[in-house]
Amino acid sequence: MTLEAGAELATKTYPITRASLVRYAGASGDFNPIHWSDRIATAVGLPGVIAHGMFTMALVARAVSEWTDGAEVVDFGAKFTNPVVVPDDDEGTSVTISGTVKSVEDGLATIALTVVSTGSTTGEPQKVLGMPKVSVRV
Amino acid sequence: MAVDGSLVGRAFPPTRPYRVTDEKVREFAAATGVDWESGDRVPATFPIVLAFDAMNAFLDDVEVELSRIVHGEQKFSYVRPIAPGDVLVATLSVASLRQIGGNDIIGTVSEITDEAGAVVCTTSATLVHRAAEVA
Repeated sequence: MTLEAGAELATKTYPITRASLVRYAGASGDFNPIHWSDRIATAVGLPGVIAHGMFTMALVARAVSEWTDGAEVVDFGAKFTNPVVVPDDDEGTSVTISGTVKSVEDGLATIALTVVSTGSTTGEPQKVLGMPKVSVRV
Repeated sequence: MAVDGSLVGRAFPPTRPYRVTDEKVREFAAATGVDWESGDRVPATFPIVLAFDAMNAFLDDVEVELSRIVHGEQKFSYVRPIAPGDVLVATLSVASLRQIGGNDIIGTVSEITDEAGAVVCTTSATLVHRAAEVA
């Protein structure tokens, strides 16, 4: 696909349940109990079990791959500004990822992203990543 | 307990060599909802598997409990894509350390290198070590 500066990329929404977190923990090796134990998460001052920041980032990488037909990622970064709280029920929560192509130059397309989740303490959609940005080879 | 400031600049030993396989990449991709086939590009955040291993060794060394760590920031900067067959190691060093509100903000950099010693990817992570509540 051709990426052009200013292009808005189709918004993607991916569900996150407790089962997703368990599966991601196993696949990544990140067994931090704040991602599976409410008891430990609340003991360290979190509102409850939260998604791995790296799981959210992996979902963003998935969106980028879908948008770009698997383009080679050269740079990818984000700050974890708000936790994604994942309730222990069948619905869980979700993240919604939108992107805009900021520039295409020197063989690299830079995409600015917005990543929002309803898995906030208020239940209102909230940005969960700060300044998420990815550059892919075009 | 605050982390010792003299850690800044210290490099930790490389992780055990890790062979990237189709099966492991498929498992990682599937965990993020991606139906990965042999020959597809390895997911961009896959090197976290190695970086996390390096971080665990670091946390053990400095006697910090994983449950008190929250991820603050993460970056990946690739020299080349990772592919199945690569044998990689991660070498973590501590880039910065500051204290904010009783929490340690630990900046780490992990270089992922291949068998030839060439850098494949540099990952940097900011780890927030949450202070225990004062009783």
